[in-house]
Amino acid sequence: MPAATEPAVVARTRSVPKNVLIVGVGGQGVIMVSKVLAVLCQEQGFEVKQSEVHGMAKRGGSVFSHVRFGEQVYSPVIPRGKVDVLVALEWAEGLRWLPYLNQRRGTFIADTQHIIPPFACRNRNRGAHSAYVCESVSEVMEQVPNSFALDAVGMATELGVPRAANTVLLGILSAALDFSAADWQSVISQLVPPKTVEANLQAFAQGRDWALHFDRESVKSACVGLLRNAAGNLDNVADLSRVEITEAWCKGCDICVKFCPERCLQLNARQVVEMVHAERCTGCRMCEWLCPDFAIAVHTPRLPYPATVRDNNELR
Amino acid sequence: MTTVLQMTTIHQAAVRQSDDACKVGKHAAGQRDIRPMLGNEAIARGVWEAGVKVATAYPGTPSTEILENIARYPAADLVAQWGTNEKVALDVAIGASFVGVRAFVCMKHVGLNVAYDSLMSVTYIGVNGALVLAVCDDPGIHSSQNEQDSRLLARIAMVPVLEPADAQEALDFTRIAFEISEQFDTPVMVRSTTRLSHTRSRVRVGQRITVEDKGFIESTAKNVMVPAHARLRHPLLLEREQKLTEYFNTSPLNQQDAGSSHYGIITAGISYSYVKEVVPEAQVLKLAVTWPLPSGLLREFCDRVERVLVVEELEPVIEDELRKMGIAVEGKSLFPRVGEFSPAVIQTGLVKAGLLTADTTEAAYEPSQLARPPVLCAGCPHTSSYMVLRSVNARVAGDIGCYTLASIEPLDAVDTCVAMGCSIANAVGMAKADNQTRPIVATIGDSTFLHAGIPPLIDAVYNKADITVMILDNHTVAMTGGQDYAGTGITLRGEKTERVNFRDLVTSIGVKWVRQVDSYNLAQMHKALQEAIRFKGVAVLISDRPCVIDPIRIRGAVYQITAATCSGCQSCMNLGCPSLVWTDEMIDGHHKVTIDTSTCMGCSLCAQVCPSDAIHLPGLQ
Repeated sequence: MPAATEPAVVARTRSVPKNVLIVGVGGQGVIMVSKVLAVLCQEQGFEVKQSEVHGMAKRGGSVFSHVRFGEQVYSPVIPRGKVDVLVALEWAEGLRWLPYLNQRRGTFIADTQHIIPPFACRNRNRGAHSAYVCESVSEVMEQVPNSFALDAVGMATELGVPRAANTVLLGILSAALDFSAADWQSVISQLVPPKTVEANLQAFAQGRDWALHFDRESVKSACVGLLRNAAGNLDNVADLSRVEITEAWCKGCDICVKFCPERCLQLNARQVVEMVHAERCTGCRMCEWLCPDFAIAVHTPRLPYPATVRDNNELR
Repeated sequence: MTTVLQMTTIHQAAVRQSDDACKVGKHAAGQRDIRPMLGNEAIARGVWEAGVKVATAYPGTPSTEILENIARYPAADLVAQWGTNEKVALDVAIGASFVGVRAFVCMKHVGLNVAYDSLMSVTYIGVNGALVLAVCDDPGIHSSQNEQDSRLLARIAMVPVLEPADAQEALDFTRIAFEISEQFDTPVMVRSTTRLSHTRSRVRVGQRITVEDKGFIESTAKNVMVPAHARLRHPLLLEREQKLTEYFNTSPLNQQDAGSSHYGIITAGISYSYVKEVVPEAQVLKLAVTWPLPSGLLREFCDRVERVLVVEELEPVIEDELRKMGIAVEGKSLFPRVGEFSPAVIQTGLVKAGLLTADTTEAAYEPSQLARPPVLCAGCPHTSSYMVLRSVNARVAGDIGCYTLASIEPLDAVDTCVAMGCSIANAVGMAKADNQTRPIVATIGDSTFLHAGIPPLIDAVYNKADITVMILDNHTVAMTGGQDYAGTGITLRGEKTERVNFRDLVTSIGVKWVRQVDSYNLAQMHKALQEAIRFKGVAVLISDRPCVIDPIRIRGAVYQITAATCSGCQSCMNLGCPSLVWTDEMIDGHHKVTIDTSTCMGCSLCAQVCPSDAIHLPGLQ
C-alpha cells in the first residue's frame, strides 16, 4: 500500500486549495472562462481539478464549472460556503450560486446582464410580468462586501466585440488572483481564435483596469437605476376577462379557434364556437379582432395598467 | 502561493512503469507526459495504451466522450465505431474478443440494461482477447431517466468492477482491466460516474503496448452457450469469483491511507475525494474493486479500527457484503442512498455519526432563485412538431432525446417518457386499451428510432394498432452533442457510408401511410398530422429538418418584430423560443415581444404563428 509505506505523503501539511466557481447560462461560454483559468493554473504548476456539466444543461439551462487549484486537490466540487471567487456571466445565475461564496472573504464578480428564460414568461394574464425577480445590484453590494458588478457585455460591445464579455470578466478575475497579467495574456492568446486575439487582449485589459480602479460608491450609485425587477404578478389571476359569443352570428369558420394563443375555444357539435377554458383566457382580444362576423366580444376589466414596466415600478 | 509543487505518488498503480518525474511545473522533466484530461479522456487513453483493436459504443451522457476521444487515436491502431445501440456495440466487441484481439465497449448506466442480455451470456463464455466495458453511472440524475447502480448488475453477471477515483486512475485501471480480463477469462467492467467522467485533472500518460493477436480458438464447449455447455460453465464462474477475490486481496490497486482517527472509512471511486476533503486525517481504505470484494483485506482493515464507516454513492453494495461477512458497519444510516455525494454530504453524515461537530458558520446570504430549466434551442425543429401535436390535442407518448424538453411549459405537449424506444409500444398499449378519446401519437427521434424503435413499430403494424408515429428526424444524435449514426451516412471517423432511408424502412415493415414534411412548414405539418390521425392503422409522419446546433450551426436570416403592429397576443410566446423576449412596452396589460438578434436562428416559426404579421425579415415589412 503506497500510503502505508510513505506516511509522509498523508501527514504532510495541507495548503488550502483556491476555489473558483464560474456560472452562467448554457451557450454563454462558461467552459471557455474556466478553461483559461485551469490552463493558467496548470502552467503555474498547481494541481487543478475542473468539473463541469454536460448534456441537459447545455440547452439554455443553468451551467456551472468548478475550478480548484493548489498543492493537492481532492474533491472536484467546491463545498458550499467555500468559494473564493464566484464569476457570474449572468446576474440571476450569480445570485443562484451566492450561497456557495465564502461570505466574509469571497469575491463576487458578475455581469449585470439579464437573460430572461421563456419559462419565466408563462403568466400572460393582464398586468403580469416576467418571473425574473431578483435582487438589485445595490442590494447585493450591501450584503456581499467584495462584489464587483458591471455591464461586461456593454463594455465589450463598446470595443466592437460583444462576444468578448467573458474576457472582460477574466480581466476582473485576474485582479482577484495572484497571477501576473502577462501570464493571463499568454494563456488567453493561446486559447481564443487567432483572429480575435487582439480584441480579447483589449477586453482583458479593460476589465482588469476597471477592477484595479474600482470605485464601490460610484458603481453603487450608477446602479441605482437597476432596480429590483418587477415582480411576477399573480394577484390578478382571478381577474378574468370575459368572452361573449353571439351564437346566432357564428358560422363555424374556425378562425378564432385556430388563432387563440391560449387555445381556449372550440367548435361544438353544432359547429358553433364555445369557450372551453375560460381560466386560460388572457383577454388578448385576438378572437374579437379576427372574427369576420363580429360574433365575439371580449370584456376586460378596466384597470390602470401602465404602458411600460418602468411606469409600473414608479407606481410601486 | 508557490508555483512548483510536489505531486502525490499515491496514484502510481502497478501499471505505471516509467515513473521517474514526480514534479510538475514549467521546467519539470516529465511535463510533456502529464496532461489535463477529463475522466472520459483518460479512459480513452487507457484503452489506446492497452493495445485495443476494436472499440465501440452508443452515445449517452456521461459516457459519450470516451469513444469520441478513442476516435482521435490513429485508425491504424484501432477501430472506433458507433454502434446502433448498446447491445449491438457489446456484441461487436464480443465478436472481436472471440477472434483474439482486445475489445472495448462503453455506455451509460441505462445502456447497460440494453446490453445486459449479451453480458449475461458472455460472462459464461469468458474472453479470448480481453473484453472491457466502461459503464458510466449518473448519481444525482444530471441527464438520465434514473440513477441505477450498475455495480449491482455487474454482481449478478459476476463481472469484476474496477472503480477509479480520479482521471489518473481512470487511465491506469482501464489499462489493467484488460490484463485482468485475459488473466481470469472474464469480461471486466470499469465503472465511472458523471463527476469523474466530467472532471478534468492531470494525468501522466504512457505508451501503447503491442498485444499478440491470438486468433480464433476452436472450442465449442466454451464458445457456444447451449444448456449442456452452460451447465459446465456455471461452476467455473464461481471458481473464477474465488480466484478474483484472492487476487484483489493482495492487489496494490487497493489503497490504504494511514491516519490518526480511531474510526476507519471504506470507500471507492469519486467518494474517496469527498472523504479526503472533509477528513484528511482519517484512516481510509479505498477499494479499487467493488466486486468481488477483497474479503481478506477488508477484514484486516476492519479489525484495526474501532468503528467502520462505508461511504458509497447509491446502493449499499460494499456495506451489505461486509454485513454478510459478520462485520458491524455503518453506511446508509449516515449517508443517503439517493443522489450524488459531495463534501457536504460526507460532512453531514460524519456529524450524524458524532465524529465531527456541526459547522457553525453563520447563515449564508440567500438571494431569490430563478427557475431556469433547459429548453429547446432557438430554431429547434422539434418545436413545430410539438406545436402541431398540441393543436390537435394529442395524447403523446414521448421518448428519450432533446424533445423530452417539450414536456415543460409553454409547449407542454409530452405526456409520457419511459426509456429508449418505448414511445411506440407505449402508444400501442394506450390504443389497445381503447379508452382514450384523444388521438394517440408516439414521438421518437431518428437515432432513438434506429436504437430501439423498429421492433415496436413492427409490433404496431403486426397487431393492427391505430396510432400515429412521428419520427423527429433532425439528422443527428442531438442530445449527446451531435454524433453521427446510421441515419447520417457518416461514420465516427468521418467516412461516407450507407445512409438509412427512413421511408423505405418504414414502408417495408408494412406501414401504409408515410409522409415526410419539412418541420419548419407549420401549415403542412398541421395538415399532415391531421391526415395521419384520421388514417386507420399505423401512420408514420417524418418531421424532417436538421438540428440547428449540431454538428454544425445552421443560421438563417434573423427575424425582427415591428413593435407598432405587435398586439401582445402572446401567440409566439407559445413556442418557448429563448430568442423571444418581452419588452418593457405593454399593450392593454400585455407585454409586447421582441427578438434577441444575437441568438435568433431565423427558423421563421414565430413569423408563421403571428396573427398580426408583426414578425418579418428586415426590410420586408
